[in-house]
This record gives sequence, structure tokens and C-alpha cells, in this order.
Amino acid sequence: MSSLKQFIRNVRAAKTIADERAVVQKESAAIRASFREESNNSDVRRNNVAKLLYLFTLGERTHFGQIECLKLLASPRFADKRLGYLGTMLLLDENQEVLTLVTNSLKNDLNHNNQYVVGLALCTLGNIASVEMSRDLFPEVETILASSNPYIRRKAALCAMRICRKVPDLQEHFIDKAKLLLNDRNHGVLLSGLTLVVSMCEADEEEGGEQGIVEMFRPLTGSLVKVLKGLSQSGYAPEHDVTGITDPFLQVKILRLLRVLGRGDVQVSEQINDILAQVATNTESSKNVGNSILYEAVLTILDIEADSGLRVLGVNILGKFLTNKDNNIRYVALNTLLKVVAIEPNAVQRHRNTILDCLRDPDISIRRRALDLSFTLINESNVRVLIRELLAFLEVADTEFKSIMTTQIGIAADQYAPNKRWHADTMLRVLKLAGNYVKEQILSSFVRLIATTPELQTYCAQKLYASLRDDISQEGLNLAGAWVIGEYGDALIRGGSYEEENLVKEVRESEIVDLFTAILNSSYSGQIVTEYIITATIKLTTRMQDAAQVDRLRRLLLNRQTDLDVEVQQRSVEYGNLFGYDEVRRGVLERMPPPEIREEHRVLGEASKKRHSKLPAAKKKASQITENDLLDLMGGDSTMPASESSAIINGNQHNASADLLADILGGDNTMSSPVEQSSSQLSNGQARPQGNMNSIMDLFDSQPSGNGVSASAAPSNDILSGFGSPAPAPQQTQQSQGTSHTAYNKNDLFLIFTVQRSPQAVQVLARFKNQSAFESFSAVNLQAAVPKTQKLQLQAISSAELEAGGDATQQMRVTGVNGPPPPRLRLRLKVTYAKGGTAPTTEQVDWSEPT
Amino acid sequence: MLSFILIQNRQGKTRLAKWYSAYNDDEKIKLKGEVHRLVAPRDQKHQSNFVEFRGSSKIVYRRYAGLFFCACVDANDNELAYLEAIHFFVEVLDQFFGNVCELDLVFNFYKVYAILDEVFLAGEIQETSKQVVLTRLEHLDKLD
Repeated sequence: MSSLKQFIRNVRAAKTIADERAVVQKESAAIRASFREESNNSDVRRNNVAKLLYLFTLGERTHFGQIECLKLLASPRFADKRLGYLGTMLLLDENQEVLTLVTNSLKNDLNHNNQYVVGLALCTLGNIASVEMSRDLFPEVETILASSNPYIRRKAALCAMRICRKVPDLQEHFIDKAKLLLNDRNHGVLLSGLTLVVSMCEADEEEGGEQGIVEMFRPLTGSLVKVLKGLSQSGYAPEHDVTGITDPFLQVKILRLLRVLGRGDVQVSEQINDILAQVATNTESSKNVGNSILYEAVLTILDIEADSGLRVLGVNILGKFLTNKDNNIRYVALNTLLKVVAIEPNAVQRHRNTILDCLRDPDISIRRRALDLSFTLINESNVRVLIRELLAFLEVADTEFKSIMTTQIGIAADQYAPNKRWHADTMLRVLKLAGNYVKEQILSSFVRLIATTPELQTYCAQKLYASLRDDISQEGLNLAGAWVIGEYGDALIRGGSYEEENLVKEVRESEIVDLFTAILNSSYSGQIVTEYIITATIKLTTRMQDAAQVDRLRRLLLNRQTDLDVEVQQRSVEYGNLFGYDEVRRGVLERMPPPEIREEHRVLGEASKKRHSKLPAAKKKASQITENDLLDLMGGDSTMPASESSAIINGNQHNASADLLADILGGDNTMSSPVEQSSSQLSNGQARPQGNMNSIMDLFDSQPSGNGVSASAAPSNDILSGFGSPAPAPQQTQQSQGTSHTAYNKNDLFLIFTVQRSPQAVQVLARFKNQSAFESFSAVNLQAAVPKTQKLQLQAISSAELEAGGDATQQMRVTGVNGPPPPRLRLRLKVTYAKGGTAPTTEQVDWSEPT
Repeated sequence: MLSFILIQNRQGKTRLAKWYSAYNDDEKIKLKGEVHRLVAPRDQKHQSNFVEFRGSSKIVYRRYAGLFFCACVDANDNELAYLEAIHFFVEVLDQFFGNVCELDLVFNFYKVYAILDEVFLAGEIQETSKQVVLTRLEHLDKLD
């Protein structure tokens, strides 16, 4: 048998992959053969297992060696045990059945009188303990926690953490011991103890704090503060020094536990205010070590009920981070600012310029975060400055940013525009810079803006016309331009000349037609662009005076009557026929009435509302906020993929584009397909009324032809039915019929839940029924709890007394804390009642809604 | 908490893999590949040492010569502290082997695991004194 060293050398000496495989397979076969010989020489076995572990690091199959590892564990020799445990940790994990065989060895070794053996066993337990092992071995760990040897005490503390994570019920066994650990003078033990306590507290918080674990540790705040103070003020301490700072790991851990303890508790927060200020001001910030502590301190400051001065100090530290040369520091600063901007908007605003500078950072992930942050900073007072900066950045931004940027700028402009002229200018600029990345909703909001603002119509038509003469490669610009020029062509022509870069230019009818022809003949005339231009063309026939140009327009439509695209072809034919009915044509092609802007139609306007509504939640858990904020940011375009998919689902490519046309014609941006609707509800938690198709129907006043149906087939039946009455109450179609489930049935008390859903909330009607023939119930009471992400409103029960056969009801309403209500309810119920005059009984049941 | 620690060279060969969460063999192979592809091409000078990973976690990594030390941690963990922890581990390795190089890790892989187990346990850092760790390792080696 060769040695491990020789084997490694052989593997490394292999010149080709094939050679290497040969060496590996030969050795693997040799190891297996040796295992079969059942030699009891432990040196041979160790050699084999060591080689096996090397095979494992190479990614080879090694399951055949598992049993050999276990044999090593049973050996009395330390060297055998050491390698055996190493092998066990590497080759096995908590999901392997063989692991049950290890439990016994572990039990023996945990009780071993040699501390090193105990250490090995604890290490293995901590790294791979399964649920069963945790249950079987926790008493041993509990005992060792009281050991006088710090080396195994700290290992046991981390084992306890693993055990509590695996089996939360076992927590109670470790709480008192954990308190002692927090007073330990040994750094390793203290650190491990802190880790254990943080883990227990956080686990309990996630469960809603039912066990009150955090409460139990709050009294220890004082001593933790003392330890932290000692660390942060201590001079050079060689044993735990990291570039001049004493045990940063311990400081970070203490800060983390203080955060958990201070969260939501004014008294504890007050207790730690001073030390936080001290750490925040005195920690040396030139190196990563110091910054890791500062960072943790800032997180704690922002999470607890700190006083406002301290919070500003915290945000200022992050602001200072932004100017640090180290990318890592800037990265964490931006990440954290994103979390706190909702809580401390003013403090963050002060660092606006630094944040904007980060838009030009060489690191793309920093640019992305700076961009996200910039958008959250926009408000009425700074919208001009910020949008100007962002437009400048849009010019040079990475392609992947452009789409979200156009959307976000569109939303911000819609929300905070100081005046309409500015709004229009901003959108025109966006279309010019990144017209290819502008989303449908943003585009239609822009069109709506123009349609509702008569004083801007000529101006915008001129601007768009001029831009298109410059550049026809931007799809969004083409679409907006085609619609506006078509609709307000007369104003454009009447306006005559306009100024562009100090040059007075003349608008000629022939040039407009030239422009449309040029776009149609270019490679930029996608299907939707063509559709827009066709419609604009027919409109222009009533807006132009020159008969020659009108004839050119007519011929342009004629050409498209043979278009390969069915939608374009059909429209061209229909429009062509309109020429035969001149008086109808003028009427039909009159200007669109300005669309009514209803609040729910504002482009993706919910973003800001949602941000405000999140404020209380934001304090709770910083980590959730980022995701939500991101969702907020993304909220804008999350409907887009849905619109694409809806086109595919319906097997009809026209759908999306036809919707768009319908949008434009209807002057309204309501989305029409149910798929989109449901997804938009999901992302915004708000319903959008359906049925704006009516307007098209009104317009054309004709039976929908085959293709027309495909365009409008998606919206629900109210199109066909609701010619006269626009938008029938959408809520009713949204609400599913209530479904009933039994929640509790015992001792003749029968409890039924009737669940009704609406986009905003889930209504639950609890109906109690006394099924007993003679006896009555008194003091009937139902309490309920929902997971933290939801909110519950519980009405009072209609009657706490139930006669025999009688019943009572109670209303509940469940909403999502942020976002839509849960798709499936999970409730923890406490039912209390006294039957027939006996003492009241209380029972707790967990109920989840059957799917 | 750490989900795993990987030491890989620039070619993507894994020199050490320690898993603190249970993954099956296929997942482990996939994770190794993913981490390498994510970390290796990053710009050492202009990019941070943190990469978001699979939504709920992130990779904190640091390159030492040709070796990448990568740790996968929870999204709300303190990245800077874990970066410091990686450095702490490397310093222990350096003192143990005396100017550590990749070959030390190849030939003494089992010792590297032993050192790792003295610094981290159950996905958490357990000791922050280099001297304590090194003395402990010395004792353990004497017992062999």
C-alpha cells in the first residue's frame, strides 16, 4: 500500500485527465480491496480512510468508506478517533441514515474523561447534528456547558445553538446556562455564548416572540455594555488584537445582541445609547476591522429606539463610508442606506451628492445600488435637480439599467413634476435618450399627459416631430411621435415654424408624410410602430389641407392593404373604406376626448404610497425593507413580463399590441388582459377596473370582426355586455365566492370559517354552533393570531352565550402588512368556552386553510 | 451564519470545502461551480469582495495569491466582519505552516480541516485568539 503522500503525488503527476482517472480508479479499487480484507490493523485503516478523504476532495464517490470511518470512531486510539470524526464530518451530513450509528460513539465520547476527545465529539455534533441526534444528546451538551474547561465549554455553546436550531423545543434547557455564558470572562466562551443567545432570540422573534426569550435576556444588557466598553477602550491586548483593535469579532457580536435586545424596548435602548455613541465616535475607521464594528454599530443604532441625534450620527457614518476608497465599505454603506432611507429620509438626503457621485463608480454593483437609492430620494423639493442628474446618467448608463431608469424617471416625473411643461420636457428627453427602453405604461402616461393638457399639444407635437427628424431609431420615440403627430397634426401644421437650436424651421405637410414613409421603410418599423403609423396616417387625412398630401397618405394606406401582418392589413382595409364615407370619416377621426385621469390609473403611482405605509413595518426588521423597497422599485415593470406572457398564452401576438392601440384610442392606460390584471394586483395589491374597451366599440360602432375579437377577447365579458355602462364594479368579479371550512369541532362546539377574498383583504366569518341537545355554552371566546407578515382585525363575538342548538358569529379580517393578503390563511386559534356551567376550558389549535 | 466555506484556486479546483448546511452531492458540485464562476472573473481592484448569491445569501471572498477563500453567509450578516474572519483563518494557516502556499493545503488537507474546525464551528466563529488556536493544534498533533 502506498502512503497518502505518494498517492497525492501520483495524482498530481498525471499529465492528462485520462491518466489522472486511471490513477484515481486504481487507488479506489485498492482501497476497496483493502477494506474487504477486514484487517484490524488501525494504521492500515487510517491510511485508507485518509486516502479516501483525498478522493472525496477530488469529488469522487466515497460512500463505500462510510462504515470504515465509523469503525475508526470506536477505536480507543486518539489518532483513529480524530481521523474518524474528520471523515464522519466530511462524508456524512444530517440527512444520511448511517448517521444514527454515530450517535452511540458520540454519546460515549461526550462523556470521555479526555477533554480532547470530548472536543472532537462536540465538533462533530455541532457541524452535522440531525434532529434525532439533537434529541438524544442534548443532556450531555447541557452538562458540558457547566464544565470548567473553556475549550469544551465554548464548543458546547455552539452545539447548543445547533441543537436549538434543529429542535426549538429544547431551548428551555439552555436558557439559564446561556445566561451564565454571557458573564464568562473567556473571550471564546463569551463569543460562542453570544452566538447562542442571538440565535435563540432571533428564532423566537421569528415565531412572534411567544416564548418571551428576548425578555429573559434583557436584564443582562448592563453587563454586556460593560464588556463592550472595556473592549472599546482597552489599550493594546496582544492576545486578541487585530491591527490595533481588541477582539473586533466579540465587539461585533455584542453589538448584534444589543440590537436584538433593544429592538422595540425604549428602556433597553436608553441603556445602550451611550455606549453606541461611544463606539460610533471612538472606533478607528481607517481599516476594515474598525469599519466592521462601526457598521454593526450603525445597524444597531438604526434598529433600536435610539434618540434622533444618535440616528443622525449613524446615517452620517454611512455617509462617510461612501467617500471611503475601499469598495467594500461603499458597498455596505449603500446597502444600508437603502434600508434606512424609509426611516430617516432627511438624514439620508444630506448625502445626496455623495450618492450621486457613486453613479460613476467603477464597480457596477455600487452603481446599481446608488441608482436604486437615488430614486428613493426623489421628492417634490429636489425633483428638478435629481432628475437632471439622472438624465445625465441615463445618457451613459449601462444598457441593463436603462429600462428601469426610464420607468423610475417616468414614475417620479408623474408624481413630483413641478409643472406640466417640465414633466413633458423630461419625458421627451427620456424618449430621446432611451426610447428603446421605455415601457408601455410610461409611454401611455406620457400620451395621456399630452392629451389632457391642450396648451402643451402643439409644443409636444413640434418637439416630437423635430426629434423624429433627427433620429428614428428609438422605438418609444417613434410610437409617441406617431400618435401625437397623428392626433395633433393640424396644430403642428398650424403652428407653422418652430425654433430648434435657434434655427427657425418650417413644418411642411409633405415633410410629415415623408417622415412617416421614411420610418415605415426603415428597419425600425416594428409591428407596433407600423400599427401606430397606420392609425396616425388616417387621422392625418382629416388634419391636412393639401389634397396632394392626403392622396399620398391614402396611397400609403393602400400599400399596407397587402401587408403580411393581419392586424396592419385589416386596419388598412378598414381605413381605406372610410374614404368612401367622408362625412363619417371626419366624425370618427375627430380628436380624442381627453381621458379622465383616475387615481388608480396613474402610472404605477402606488410606489410612494406603499413606501409610506411601510414606515411602521420598516422599523421592525431592516432586512425586510430592502427587499420591499426593491420590490417597490421593480413594482413598476413587474407587469411587463405578464403582458408578454399574456400574448403567448392567448396564442395571439396581436393581443399586446392591439391592447396598446386600444389604450391609445381609448386614451386610457388600463391594461386589458386578465393575466395582466391579476399580476398587477399581486404586485400592487390594488385592483384596476376593467372594461375600457367600450370606447373602441363606441368609436367604430361596428360588429367586431374576427380579428377585432382576438384583440378584445382578453378582457372579461363586460365588453360585450357593457356598451353603455362603463366599468361595472370590478370588485365583485374579483371576489371569489366564500368557502367554508371546519376549524374546530369538539365537545359539541362546532366552529366553521367562511373565507371570502378580495384583493385587499381576506374576510373570515367564524360561525359557532352549539350542537349539543340540552347543554348551553357560556363565556365562548375565540382569539386568533396570524404570522408577522399579516395583520388581523378581530371583531367581538355576537354572543358569548350559546343555548342548545344556538349559534353566534364573529368577524375577522386579515391583510398583508405590505402587499397583498396571503393566498392561504394560517391561524393560531385559542378557543375558550364553558360547557353547561362547568369551568371554562381553553384550547389552542393551529388552523391552516385547506387548499 | 456560514452555509459553507470553499477554498478554490484560479482554475476552479476546490482545495477545501466545508459545508455547514446539508447539501446533497449534486448540489455541492453545482455550488462549487457557481461560486467559482461568480468570483473568479471579478475585478480585484474595482469590485467589492461581496457578491449576492442565490437571493438569500451572499458570498464574502478574498483572494490570496492564486487562492480564493469564499464564505457563503446569510444576507443580513455583517460582511465586513466575515471578511475579517476569513483573514483571521488565513493568518492562522500562515503561522501554522509557516508561509502557507497552495501545495501545503493539497498535501495537508486533513490538517487544514482540523484548523478550520478550531476556528469555526456550526457555521459560527468560535475562537478569536490565534495563539489559543495554534496551541490547541500543537496539543492535538502531539496526541496523534
